[in-house]
Amino acid sequence: MRNIGLVLENSLLQLVRRTAVDIPADVEAVVRKACADEPQASNARAVLETILENIRLARQVDAPLCQDTGGLLFYVQVPAGWDTNCFASAAGAAIARATREGTLRQNTIDAVTGQECPLNLANGSPSIHFTQAARDTIDVRLVIKGGGSENVGCQYSLPNEELGAGRDLEGVRRCMLDTAFRAQGQGCAPGILGVCIGGDRASGYACSKEQFLRKMDDRSPVSVLSALEERALQEANQLGIGPMGLGGKTTLLGVKIGSLSRVPASFFVSVSYMCWAFRRRGILLESGGGIIRWLY
Amino acid sequence: MAVLASRRIQAPFTEKVVRGLALGESVLLSGPVFTARDRLHKHIFEGGALPVALKDGALFHCGPVMLQKEGVWQVRAAGPTTSMREEPYVPTVIRTTGIRVIIGKGGMGAATEEACAKFGCVYLQATGGAAQVLARTVERVQGVHFEKEFGMAEAMWELVVKDLPAIVAVDARGDSLFRKVAASSCRARYHLLRDHPAEPGGKKGRSAR
Repeated sequence: MRNIGLVLENSLLQLVRRTAVDIPADVEAVVRKACADEPQASNARAVLETILENIRLARQVDAPLCQDTGGLLFYVQVPAGWDTNCFASAAGAAIARATREGTLRQNTIDAVTGQECPLNLANGSPSIHFTQAARDTIDVRLVIKGGGSENVGCQYSLPNEELGAGRDLEGVRRCMLDTAFRAQGQGCAPGILGVCIGGDRASGYACSKEQFLRKMDDRSPVSVLSALEERALQEANQLGIGPMGLGGKTTLLGVKIGSLSRVPASFFVSVSYMCWAFRRRGILLESGGGIIRWLY
Repeated sequence: MAVLASRRIQAPFTEKVVRGLALGESVLLSGPVFTARDRLHKHIFEGGALPVALKDGALFHCGPVMLQKEGVWQVRAAGPTTSMREEPYVPTVIRTTGIRVIIGKGGMGAATEEACAKFGCVYLQATGGAAQVLARTVERVQGVHFEKEFGMAEAMWELVVKDLPAIVAVDARGDSLFRKVAASSCRARYHLLRDHPAEPGGKKGRSAR
C-alpha cells in the first residue's frame, strides 16, 4: 500500500505542476484567436499578447502561470470499492511538496482565525470529488481556480425581478449576460462561464464548475443548450468589456451550460466564472497509480 | 509582440510626470515598487508605522510567490491582485504616504479616483495573471517587511523592476478607463435585453410563473 501511495503521490505532483504551469492547448488556441481578432495598436491586443507571452514564458521557465495558484479542485473517477482515503492522502502529500517548491503559493487561510494553513492543507483544501464506476483505471482531473475569478461568480434564483428573468431559457440568458456584465474585467477577462440550470444552491454551483472539465471546442449535446452557449458567448462579446475590462472585442472565450433536476419551488441558475488562465489538466492512471496518459 | 509606443517612467515619480500621463497610455515602469495587499493597506490606514518612506513611490497590488535560494529571495510569480478590495483604504494611503503610482488590476472606486486627482497619483493596470512576464521584470528583491506578521503573500516586498509594462487606467485627473467601459457595456447590455422579442404567454423576457 505504501508503494502505491508513493507512485500515486508522484503522479499527482506531476499533475499539479503541469496544471499550474502549462495551460492546455485548447485554451491557448482560443486566446490566440482572440488576440488576432483585436486591432493591432489597441490595448486589448497588447493585453492578449502579454498573456500569450506569459503562457510561453511559464512553460519555458517551468513556473506558475499565475501567482494566484488558487483552490485545487480534483475530480476523480475510481474503480468501485477503491480506497479513496489513499488518494486523498497522496494528493495531500503532493500538494505539500508542490507548495514547498514554490509551484503553489501559500494560499490557504483559516477563515475564522486568519492564520495560514501550512502547505495548503486544511478542512476544505484541496477539494476532491469522487465518483465510482465499473472500471480498472483512475481518471484524475484537476482545475486550479484563482480567487479573483471565484469572486465574480453569481447564483440567481428565478424569477428575478431586477433582470426581468423568468423560469425559462430566456431567463437563463439574462442571468449569464448579467454575470458577464457585472464581472467587467475583474475576473481577469476574457473569461469562461460555467453554468448550471437547476439543482440546489450547493449542487448548482458544483455542477457549474464541472462544466470547466469540458474542452473549449465542445458543445452541449442538448441542442437548446448548445444554441444558448453560442448566443451567450456572442452577446457577452457585444458588451465590449474586453481583456481586463479595458475595452475590446473579446469579453468571454466560451460558455458551457449544464443542468440538474430541481424541486418545483426552486429554479437556480448558478454561474461560475473562470479567468483566461484556465488551468485544467488530467491524467489516466493504472491501478498502481502510474500515469498511462494525459487527458486534454 | 506588438509594440505600442510606451513611455518609460522611473521612480521616484514627480507630480509633473504623473499628471502628464494620459488615460489609456502604455508605460514601462522602472525602479523600486512595494507590494501591498489587504493586511498592509489596513496597517497603513490604521496609522501603523512603516519601515520605508513611500513618498513619490509606487505600490504594487500583488501577493508574489517567493522562493529563497541560498539566502537570496527570488520572485517565482508576481501578477497583480484585484485592487478593488483595497478601496476602503487607498484614499487614506495616498494622502498619508504620498505615493504617486499604484499598479494593480481591475481598477479602483470613486474615492480613489478623487484622491488621484487631488494628490497627483495614477493607477496603472498590469495584465492580470501575467505572473511570469511581470516576474521577469524584477531585477532584484531589495528587502521584505512584515513577513512574519502578514505571511508571504501579504508581506511588503521591495522589488526593483525594469520596464514593467502597464496601462494608465486611472489618470491624475481621476478619469477611469474602467468607468468608460462600464458605461458603454451598460448601454450595450440594455440593447441586448430590450431588443429581445417578448416570450409567449407573458411580459417581455418573462414566462408565466
